[in-house]
Amino acid sequence: MSEALLTVSGLGKRFGGFIALADIELEVAKGERLGLIGPNGSGKSTLVNCLCGTLRNDSGSVRFNGRVLDGMKAHERTRLGMARSFQLPRPFGTMTLAENLRIPLLYVVQLRGAVPNIDKRCVELLDLVGLADKAHQLPTDLTQIEMRKLELARAMAAEPNLLIADESMAGLSHQEVDDILALLMRLNEQQGVTIIMIEHIMRAVMHFSQRLVVLVAGRKIADGNPADIVRQEDVVAAYLGS
Amino acid sequence: MRNPVFILWLCVAAALTFGTAKLIDNPYVFFAGYVVLQYIVLSTGWNILGGYTGYVNFGTAAFFAMGAYSTVVLHKTVPDLPLPVMIAVGGVISGVIGLGTGYLTLRLRGTFFGIATLAMSVVVQTLITNWSFVGGSRGAYVVRPDTTEYFGIDYIEYLFLLMLALSVIAVGVARAIEKSRLGYGFATIRDDELAAEATGVPTLKLKLLATALSGGFMGMAGAPLPYYVTYLDPASGFSLSYAVNTIAMPLIGGTSSWLGPVIGAVLLGTLQQVATVTISSALSLLIVGLMLVGFVILAPKGIIGWFAPKGPRK
Amino acid sequence: MDLPLDLLGNALVSGLLLGGFYAAVTVGVSISFGMLDIVNIAHPAFIILGSYIAYICNSTFGMDPILASILATPAFYLLGMAIYHVYDVSFERRGDSGLRGLAFFFGILFITEVSLVLTFGVDYRLVEATYIGQSLHIGPIDLPFRLLVPFLISLALMGGLHLYMSRTFIGRAIQAVAQDPLALRLMAADPSKIKRIAFGMSIATASIGGAILIIIQPVEPSIGRDYIGRIFAICVMGGLGSFGGALIAAMALGIMESFTSTFFGPSWSPAVSFGFLLLTLAFRPSGLFGRA
Repeated sequence: MSEALLTVSGLGKRFGGFIALADIELEVAKGERLGLIGPNGSGKSTLVNCLCGTLRNDSGSVRFNGRVLDGMKAHERTRLGMARSFQLPRPFGTMTLAENLRIPLLYVVQLRGAVPNIDKRCVELLDLVGLADKAHQLPTDLTQIEMRKLELARAMAAEPNLLIADESMAGLSHQEVDDILALLMRLNEQQGVTIIMIEHIMRAVMHFSQRLVVLVAGRKIADGNPADIVRQEDVVAAYLGS
Repeated sequence: MRNPVFILWLCVAAALTFGTAKLIDNPYVFFAGYVVLQYIVLSTGWNILGGYTGYVNFGTAAFFAMGAYSTVVLHKTVPDLPLPVMIAVGGVISGVIGLGTGYLTLRLRGTFFGIATLAMSVVVQTLITNWSFVGGSRGAYVVRPDTTEYFGIDYIEYLFLLMLALSVIAVGVARAIEKSRLGYGFATIRDDELAAEATGVPTLKLKLLATALSGGFMGMAGAPLPYYVTYLDPASGFSLSYAVNTIAMPLIGGTSSWLGPVIGAVLLGTLQQVATVTISSALSLLIVGLMLVGFVILAPKGIIGWFAPKGPRK
Repeated sequence: MDLPLDLLGNALVSGLLLGGFYAAVTVGVSISFGMLDIVNIAHPAFIILGSYIAYICNSTFGMDPILASILATPAFYLLGMAIYHVYDVSFERRGDSGLRGLAFFFGILFITEVSLVLTFGVDYRLVEATYIGQSLHIGPIDLPFRLLVPFLISLALMGGLHLYMSRTFIGRAIQAVAQDPLALRLMAADPSKIKRIAFGMSIATASIGGAILIIIQPVEPSIGRDYIGRIFAICVMGGLGSFGGALIAAMALGIMESFTSTFFGPSWSPAVSFGFLLLTLAFRPSGLFGRA
């Protein structure tokens, strides 16, 4: 059993009177493929935001790569090796696609060692998601789906140890889903990147995940083998109503 | 075009400007030209924080006047200090103040930051108005020498030359930033600060840097002012026209590159100098205000937006 | 320091009355900034405009300034709606309300101020009415009518607005649009139209605010700038969108300024409000009472 890359203990987050997350316990092993599912509004994106430092959690703590992350700013966490894509794409609107990918290269990867031929690397990364031909266009020219791919590419560009993909496949065609799945698999199997996938497309999650975690109303209600989890009563009830 | 070559061209342009002014042989050209150059430095400095990073500073007057008043203080305490040194000191002081303000307020959303800069401007103005060492509300007199020891040129020509040098430095720095890693970082903050932070950009640090740089340049633009006007009081030093012009010029010229503030400063600055002598200074200010509102509504990309091809910024 | 009690008492009362007035000039921004999230830094310019209109009616027709301002309110309302429309089309819909929106209002502030200078010059103007100059005396405390009348008008204005906001459909729609424009749309109300009405109301309050301003003190075009800090300080301190919070914050500010003026001199007053604004923004941006 490989050691835990990410350890989340007792994580809680509230917005005024609304409890978004309560008492979240989670461990992710190095090299693991974890699927995170749950109905809309269950707190998945809030959890991601707390892990990555975009939001500050009210209670509990996060350990990543042996470091306690509490209080650390988002950019520091990204530099430690945690990258995420946003559920609603947030591209840098005045920059070309290639320039969008340049940012993590300049501000994360370059800190670990010089990046030879940055321009070429940007286009390479775009090619992985099939956007190389639009490298010099602006994000306003993209479709929603292409923007999601850009989000994923930008997260990958930071060469993370842990990649959190937040609904990167929404709206994609069957083939496109397969392409992204293959990409993420390669990333995991060949480069050892740990991946947390948040998705509603069940076949993708089931195919991809070694382990499944279910979040409902801010609480973790299930954590384990995907095939078992989806048959669990409370999980089914959460999705279909009891 | 690589930066050192660009700066060389800037120096050539500066030399040509000075030469032409000398040829015209009318001292008014130097007086008016000083103001236009001053606005080039102000606008370029402002644009580093405003256009590149997306944070509006309404408190130009504070930084500008800080530079001017630091010169007044130096003039009263160490009058033999060469003016370039005073300019540098003014720049450092304003830069530090920029840093301080930034630290207090940059954790806020952009709109709150704008209001905070306005507030700071009034606080600084009130402090200066109540400080009798620099003359308080009665103002301070600074005697301008007739000639300088350098090349026997008139003092006003010397001031013009200094401001020309500052312009070259400001524009050179702005362009260098624009095309550098730092410039990319600033742009991400402008486009989407949250995403920038998540992508590894240390946003607070960069914002503080932008504020310090911006404040520093604006302070340097103000430092020679006491010698130019020879009488400085808070009402004129903190005049709202500085704040409006410093914002209007980059917005009208275009905020996305170093060229915008320069175009805006030259255009609007010259326009105002002409209007002030032909119509009235109040009316010329009105024109600036109208142009600002007009451009902001109708031409958000400014003048350079009319000529740049539609598409990516490079 | 030996604090003479009656000086203290009078400073306190003046501060309270002043604070009430500050609340009235702030209530417009409470609506535009607090509820509509529009940073209208030009609001003080409209207040000064209101002052000048009251001045013209007063000096030309001998009309009571408050009456004049009430008559001018519909014009201000229309002006507000027009400005909102331009703002909406140019910025809000383009999704680019940050830098350019602020610059837009800054430009309007400037244009208004300079236009007033060109029309009226920089001399101070004041109004005359029978109650200015008289005072109510309660023991050692003086209640000058020139502060008391504006204070009462302010309370009436704020009370009226509060009732409107909580009792009428449009009033509640305005509160709703700040919180959830989509839900509002589902209730068959057009958010754009509601915001336009709200902004119109915001500027309409400036008419009345201007009249009471010129009752309290002489006015010249540039004093609007002193009020930007006060108004936003009160809004932020009181918590955005809360009228009650704004009233309390306004009184606190009024008292602070009154004390500073009495014991340190009036030239320090601007620093009080702006300094307080800076401190509030730095340490408690959600205000002393309100939501973030």
